[in-house]
Amino acid sequence: MNNQPVYTDNDPQSELVTLNLGPTHPATHGVFQNVLQLDGERIVSGVSTIGYIHRAFEKIAEHRPFYQITPLTDRLNYCSSPINNMGWHMTVEKLLNIEMPKRVDYLRVIIMELSRISDHIICNTIIAQDTGATTTFLYLFQFREHIYEIYEEICGARLTTNIGRIGGFERDFNDIAFAKINKFLKEFPVALREFENLLNRNRIFIDRTAGVAKVTAETALNYSWSGPLLRATGVDYDVRVSEPYSSYQDFDFEVPVGTSGDIYDRYLVRNEEMWQSVRLIEQAMQKLKNEPAGIFHADVPDFYLPAKEEVYNNMEALIYHFKIVMGEIDAPKAEVYHAVEGGNGELGFYLINDGGRTPYRLHFRRPSFINYQMFAKMSEGMLLSDAIINMSSMNIIAGELDA
Amino acid sequence: MAENKNQELIQVLTEKFGDKIIGVQEPYGLLTFETTKDVISEVLKFLKEGEATNFNFLTDITAVHYPGKKHGIAVVYHLHSMVNKVRVRVKVFIDEQHPGIPTATTLWNGANWMERETYDFFGVKFEGHPDLRRILNMDDLGVHPMLKQYPLEDPNRVDKKDEYFGR
Repeated sequence: MNNQPVYTDNDPQSELVTLNLGPTHPATHGVFQNVLQLDGERIVSGVSTIGYIHRAFEKIAEHRPFYQITPLTDRLNYCSSPINNMGWHMTVEKLLNIEMPKRVDYLRVIIMELSRISDHIICNTIIAQDTGATTTFLYLFQFREHIYEIYEEICGARLTTNIGRIGGFERDFNDIAFAKINKFLKEFPVALREFENLLNRNRIFIDRTAGVAKVTAETALNYSWSGPLLRATGVDYDVRVSEPYSSYQDFDFEVPVGTSGDIYDRYLVRNEEMWQSVRLIEQAMQKLKNEPAGIFHADVPDFYLPAKEEVYNNMEALIYHFKIVMGEIDAPKAEVYHAVEGGNGELGFYLINDGGRTPYRLHFRRPSFINYQMFAKMSEGMLLSDAIINMSSMNIIAGELDA
Repeated sequence: MAENKNQELIQVLTEKFGDKIIGVQEPYGLLTFETTKDVISEVLKFLKEGEATNFNFLTDITAVHYPGKKHGIAVVYHLHSMVNKVRVRVKVFIDEQHPGIPTATTLWNGANWMERETYDFFGVKFEGHPDLRRILNMDDLGVHPMLKQYPLEDPNRVDKKDEYFGR
C-alpha cells in the first residue's frame, strides 16, 4: 500500500524503533496517524497519514442547496463551528450581494469571538496538559462549557451549532443569552488572568516550550501557514484586519505577534488573542446598545428562510419558504472566494455557482490541513516529548484536516 | 483601490507574458485570469518573486471539472500578496484525458499537500511533485471522485431526480 511509511532503514540490525505516535492528541487513536522512526528518544523521520475521517464534504456540497451546506461546515473545525457557519453564510451573502444590518454584524462578531476563545482555550490548555500541568486544563476548560451554554441559548445546539441563517440569525438573542454573555465577560478575564499566572512565568512550562519547534517567518509563509501559528513567527497577518468582514473595521483591537515562532510564542499569541476577543465582545455589546433592537436578519425574503409561525399563517411567507426550500432562487452565476479568520487561520470558501440550486463547486481552504503538512518535517531531530507538545500547539482539528 | 492594483497588475503581466494571459475578469474585485500549462511555472514564479507583484503567499490550489470540454479540468491557484493586500486567482485549463501540469512545490513547500489533494480528487498529475500520492481517499479507490461523472448517491434511487434539485 502506498500510504505506508517508506522506511529509510530496512536493516534488521538497525537500532531504530518504529512508533505509531499516540494516543496523545485526542485524534491520534486512529483518526490520523504519525509513524515515526526513533533513535532512542530522538525522532529520525516521520510520515503523517490523514484521511481516516474523510467525509467527502466537497462532493456532498455539490448536491445540496446553500442552506443545507451550513451543517457540513460545522464539522470542519468543530471546536469553533460558529466561525465556519458564519464564514459560509458570508460567502453566500457576498455572492448574492446582500448588505447586512450592523446589528447582525455585531451579533456575529460576539459569537465568532466567543468561538475563537473556545478554540484557543482548547489549544492552550492542552499545551499545558501535555507539559504535565493538569490544573490549568481543568480550571480554564469549564469556560468552554459556559460558551457552549451561550450557543445553546441562541441556537439550541452546543458543538455542531448550525448557528444562524443565510441573511442573519434565525431568531434574536434572548435576555438569558445576553445575561450569560455578560456573566462570561465578567468571569472569564479573572480565570484567564489566573491561568496566565500559573503558566506564563512558570519555569517548567517555559523550559518545555521556549525554543522548541522554532519556525522562521520565511518558512511559515513558504508552508502557507496562517492564523496564530503564522503570527507567532512575527507576521501580522489577520484576515479580520487585512480584509475586514462582518464590520470588524468598526472595532478597536490589536493583532498580537510573536518573535521566535516557538511553542511558547504560539501559546502567548493565543492567550493575547483571547484578551482581544474579550475586548471585541465588550465593544460589540456596547455598540449593540446604539442599534435598533429586534433586527436580527437582513431584509432579503428571497433568501432568508421565514419564521415557522409565519409560514403556517401567512401566504407570502409560505411562498418564500417553498421557493427557498425547493431551490427556485436565482443566485447569480459567479465565483467567489471569501476568507474569515478561523481559530487556526485563514478559513476560505471558494464557491463557483452556475445558477443552479446547488454550488457547482465548493472548496474549503482548511487551515489545519495546510498547517499540518509541516509537522513530520518539523519533527525530524526533535525529542519525542517535544513533538507531542508541538502537535498540541498546532491545534490540529481532525475534522478540518479531512473535510 | 483594489481595482487600480488589479489593472496595474494585469498590465505588468501582459507586458511580460503577452497573449498567454487571457480571460481577465474581476468577480467581486478579485482579479482572475487564465494562462496556459506551458507558462504556468513562469507566471507563478513571476507573481511570487516580481517586485511589483510580490505574491508571497500561496492561499490555495484546487481544481474544477467541466465535463465535455476539450480542456475540461481547471486548476485554480489563489495567491495573496500580504504586502500589497491584494489577491489573485490564476486558472489553467488542462486536458481531461491527460491532466498534467507542472508542480508549484518548487516555489512553495505548502503546495505539497494541496497538490496531493487535487491529484486525489481530480487525477491531476503534478509533474515534478516529490510525493504525489493520494491523501484523503484510500489507495485502492481507483477513481478520482470529484470528477463530475461520479454520482454522489445511488443512481438507482427514484425519489431523487436531478430536475427536482436544479441540476
